[in-house]
Amino acid sequence: MRIVAEHLSYIYNAKSPFAVKALDDVSLTVEEGEFFGLIGHTGSGESTFVQHLNGLLRLPSSLKRRKKKDGATLTVGEFDLTSKKTNFRALRRKVGMVFQYPEDQLFAETVLDEVAYGYKNFAEKRPDREETERAVREAVEAVGLDYESVKDMSPFDLSGGQKRRVAIAGVIVTKPEILVLDEPAAGLDPLGKREVMELLHRLKESWCKTVVVVSHDMDEIAENCTRVAVFSEGRVEYVLPPAELFKHTEELLRLGLDIPLTAKLVLALKERGVEIDCDYTAEDFVSKVLARGGRSC
Amino acid sequence: MLKDVSFGQYYPVKSFVHNLDPRLKILFLIGYIVAIFLAREFLALGACALVLIVAVLCARIPLGKVLRAVKGILFLVIFTAVVNLFFHSGDKVYWGGEPVLWQWKIFRITQEGIIFSAFLVLRLCLLVIGSSLLTYTTTPVALTDGIESLLSPLKLIRFPVHALALIMSIALRFIPILLDETERIMNAQKARGACIDSGNLFRRMKAIVSVLIPLLLSAIRRADELGEAMDARCYSGGNARTKYKKLRLTWRDPIAFSVLAALIAGVAVMFVFPVFPI
Amino acid sequence: MKALEYRDVSFSYEEEGGFRIEHLNFSVEEGEFVAVLGHNGSGKSTLARLANGLLTADSGEVAVFGTALGDKNLYEIRKQVGIVFQNPDSQAVASIVEDDVAFGAENVGMPREEIGKRISFALRAVGMEEYRTATIARLSGGQKQRVAIAGALALKPRILILDESTAMLDPRGRKEIVGVVKKLNEEEGITVLLITHFMDEALLASRAVVMNRGEIVMQDAPSRLFRRGEELVTYNLALPRIAEICNRLRAGGMNVSDALDVNTLAEDIAKCVS
Repeated sequence: MRIVAEHLSYIYNAKSPFAVKALDDVSLTVEEGEFFGLIGHTGSGESTFVQHLNGLLRLPSSLKRRKKKDGATLTVGEFDLTSKKTNFRALRRKVGMVFQYPEDQLFAETVLDEVAYGYKNFAEKRPDREETERAVREAVEAVGLDYESVKDMSPFDLSGGQKRRVAIAGVIVTKPEILVLDEPAAGLDPLGKREVMELLHRLKESWCKTVVVVSHDMDEIAENCTRVAVFSEGRVEYVLPPAELFKHTEELLRLGLDIPLTAKLVLALKERGVEIDCDYTAEDFVSKVLARGGRSC
Repeated sequence: MLKDVSFGQYYPVKSFVHNLDPRLKILFLIGYIVAIFLAREFLALGACALVLIVAVLCARIPLGKVLRAVKGILFLVIFTAVVNLFFHSGDKVYWGGEPVLWQWKIFRITQEGIIFSAFLVLRLCLLVIGSSLLTYTTTPVALTDGIESLLSPLKLIRFPVHALALIMSIALRFIPILLDETERIMNAQKARGACIDSGNLFRRMKAIVSVLIPLLLSAIRRADELGEAMDARCYSGGNARTKYKKLRLTWRDPIAFSVLAALIAGVAVMFVFPVFPI
Repeated sequence: MKALEYRDVSFSYEEEGGFRIEHLNFSVEEGEFVAVLGHNGSGKSTLARLANGLLTADSGEVAVFGTALGDKNLYEIRKQVGIVFQNPDSQAVASIVEDDVAFGAENVGMPREEIGKRISFALRAVGMEEYRTATIARLSGGQKQRVAIAGALALKPRILILDESTAMLDPRGRKEIVGVVKKLNEEEGITVLLITHFMDEALLASRAVVMNRGEIVMQDAPSRLFRRGEELVTYNLALPRIAEICNRLRAGGMNVSDALDVNTLAEDIAKCVS
């Protein structure tokens, strides 16, 4: 499923003194199979954008009129989100959405019930117990937990990192084609962060075709994404692969955004007359530097 | 993003009315309501309306906002009007003094009925617009400060005014946060296929539970965290506490006070010596 | 002088399965900037809560500037030890910045004029003067935490503890907070205990301490500490990215120095390649 957004705008609290333009004429395409990153300061529009992808936020209802005016369109695979006839339930099944601090949304008595919730909700007809359990087992194992030992536990008795995994399992249990995550690693300790990113790569290989991640961590973006969209004040400033994007160091800094450590080092080296051309992953940076320096030093 | 709208009706502009002391504004509203109920004739009610119109103009609140306040109780207004229109039978009717304009079984419209229901509708509108003017022009925070200050004499009878004020203040602080949280959790459960606003009763109940439990847990957790943060800042109950914020009167307050005092006096006089009694 | 001292402190949570702190001895010198690292549940937040009596030690004692913490001097100690917590949205009692900053000062019964001065001082110290009458709900996460710091500063504490105060912030917010804390340490001489799981924040500290299961297992200057990468990993921690790159370069035979900052590292690399 491809995501194609054109001229998307969104205003919170329109017509009130508190109106905030969260999206301003955003056009963006995410291809199937991408590990797509969205970056920007909190409140630059990334979160608003992703909430459109499964219809939690909708294009304004007086659409026909608007359509002529600003031509806002949004399609996700075969779903046309500007149409009122769209089956949003079917869409939500295909586009899994993991919110910030997803463990805050746990509510069931056991991990099994928790993960089964989405599965049962989206099922065409009531699934039998075996079928449900099979799906839950698969999802729980996919997020790297041991099904037998956690299935009867209360999700509230798990550790922070495990809770987050259960929450993610509760979303992927319907086998969505696109998995959207809003800051999946926020609040975790460094090891937890790394594990979540590794998990996403695994999921992308075996479970969901496309992964879309909102993140504020440039290093995370540089290491993981195929392409990145940079949001600033509701507008998309760049859509580039990390290796290209972080060449625009000055512009990113001007937007008040951080750059990955590798980009900082490349910049500092350039000032000292050493040009390093790398793709901004730590691995590539180190190998390019070593290739230049030899081992004599 | 819920936090900015639905909570409170405060309309953020700078104006004469916005800058009045919140304590006085609360007292003014009470005085104004008294005046409206004292008004027994159109002249008196007209005076009330005039004062209100001036106040609305001074407050720089758009007409649409003002009318929206009435819209909220439109049903009540229409109901009052209709009931009084048909059933009001003033004494004069029985004396045969006023003509019956239209009659069908027990329903009848008299000239007096029309006048009386118009009077009631006007009174109701003035009441609602007057009250909403207070919330349009006073932030919830200022309102709490005002209420706390007005209640402070009750400290003498050991009423925990401070605790009450703190509760109101914390509630104000947390309502927007919890609204935000509700929206977030609702969205998350919707994304998992919860049928919050459609589907059969059972599924809906389950969907609501899936929102309420996390919300409750989060509220409890926040309460814990807040308690700890208050402890860490030396909170030990209200005994030795001082208060930083002091409300102060400005030049505007006596002006507003005299206008309102004149209104109440005028209406009171008309109450005793009616000019054009209905 | 020792600003904060844990003398043979033991503590355990009532629930099963929680860790215990046993016979902990640890002290922080006046004016020091100490980073406390550890994975979730290592006991670092307990350390903070023991410091101002939010939790009480089962045995042993905690002393602040030489005075042992007890029931009688609880509020005196709390005035001296300010804590800022993790969640920017559950620390403020008031909706308006200045009202919230005033809270602590009001609690100890300070006169009005003094409170006003304290608010100005605290907001200036965290660079939020122009937000004095702003609504807290509309501030960014970093700004909310700066207000929380100001709320602690209003009591003029000599020790400031940040209990994962940056965990829920975006990079810009984190930078704001760490910058403010560093400044308070350098300019106001406030002793700082920065509890965090962002390894790169520890680089600013003069000493870094690693906790694991209620024990202090490593302590050293940050740059030296981060050379012991494998050891850190056994405590479920990761290296700061810059230390990771340094280590990889070293493994490849490039001899870069310990100083973990971008410019020094670039300098070293430049020397090696040219």
